[in-house]
Amino acid sequence: MTRRIHWSNWVGLAGLILLLVGSAVGLFVAPPERHMGDVQRIMYVHVPSAWVAMVCYTFALVCAIAFLLQRTERWDARMTGAIEVGVVLNALLLAQGMIWARATWGVWWDWDVRLTTSLVMLLLFAGILALRSFVEDPERRAVWSAVTTIVAFVDVPLVYFCVRWWRSLHQIQSTPDTVDPAMVVPLRLNAFAFLFLAIWMISRRADIERLIRRREHVSEPPPLAIEGGPHA
Amino acid sequence: MRPDPKGAGTVHQAWALIRKDLLLEWRGRSRFLSVVLFGVVTLLLFSFAVGPDSVALRAGAAGFLVLALLLSSTLSLAESFRLEQEQRALEGLMLLPVSGTALYYGKAIGSTLFLLLLAPILTPVGLVLYAVELEPLRLAGLMAVWLLAAAGLSAPGTLYAAMTSRLQSQDVLLPLLLFPLVVPVLMASVKAAALILSGDPMSQLTSWVALLIAFDVIYWTLCGLLFPHTIEEDL
Repeated sequence: MTRRIHWSNWVGLAGLILLLVGSAVGLFVAPPERHMGDVQRIMYVHVPSAWVAMVCYTFALVCAIAFLLQRTERWDARMTGAIEVGVVLNALLLAQGMIWARATWGVWWDWDVRLTTSLVMLLLFAGILALRSFVEDPERRAVWSAVTTIVAFVDVPLVYFCVRWWRSLHQIQSTPDTVDPAMVVPLRLNAFAFLFLAIWMISRRADIERLIRRREHVSEPPPLAIEGGPHA
Repeated sequence: MRPDPKGAGTVHQAWALIRKDLLLEWRGRSRFLSVVLFGVVTLLLFSFAVGPDSVALRAGAAGFLVLALLLSSTLSLAESFRLEQEQRALEGLMLLPVSGTALYYGKAIGSTLFLLLLAPILTPVGLVLYAVELEPLRLAGLMAVWLLAAAGLSAPGTLYAAMTSRLQSQDVLLPLLLFPLVVPVLMASVKAAALILSGDPMSQLTSWVALLIAFDVIYWTLCGLLFPHTIEEDL
């Protein structure tokens, strides 16, 4: 009997291949940046981390609203996956940014508005994961996670637009017009690679979450005997 | 949505809840006094941390005052919902029936008033400790910032306190969820208060106050819409 491969595994495989190709092009084909030299190549993972982290948080918001409207378990499971993957990418984003900052700004950290709001975004969504771990009732856990996700999302547009609203050490968003075409190719390849890998991880994490919910449901204790009944 | 009883709309219910909370506070007074004392101790600790450097203390005065408000708010918010959990008072309120929206706005306005009452005590203590001199007009401006900051802390704080009050780990979770969320409120109120205390030669005050108002509007609307979902399983 042949076992069907889950669709998300194909997406994950495509993401892995794109990541290998994109990283190879970024490391060996794309030219070094005129002022920063080779350290600029961190951009090919830094920018995709930022983009896809925000995509994950936006998807978590969509799942949170859908859960509150429909109250179905699958939206909670997807939201959990999206937040967890978003938090991992957000942490990677900060780590890569710190390495890049050390090489170019001379410091690991600066209290620049983009860095600060990105750190706050990480703490907000990590807080939701902490909340989930403390709530035992699955229904309550899902509702509270959805509510806190919607409130936390207020920070996400702030992270994106802050470099335009305030004076910042961090540069504003680039466009293909402001980036050398040789640098755009690996950037795009890695952005799709990160996106596909994120879709794969969210899908698998959602499946795991549904299995956990099923186990919780099975292991619930039987109801107590009614007072005054034959087994009381 | 549960129907409101005749003659008791959301505004009336919210007002009744505010009156109930203020009356309980007035009759007990212990919660208010302990939060005031906590705020004063916090202000003292900041001056110990900086040391006897009057220039540094004056420069950080706005930040210390707002941080004292933030730390005091976690105590008062947590305590406000702890009372409702005792002997299942919250469940009783819901059965009256009180609508979730009225409950949220009643509690949030009550918490804002509670934090606002701290201002006349903590501000003079802070000004004396940090050697800041202030004329009445700028003091009024500082109180306005304090009101906006208290509103910005109370809106999400009430939502999160309602949730975490039903957990054993409330002491850990409430600050963990609330502190990162209110960073924009904290930043804007510290900047606005600092400009009031030390002068505003570049006319930046309006933009920080506008940011504070924007966050207040967002949080008061969003949290008011979401609050009924967090308590519906108690119905």
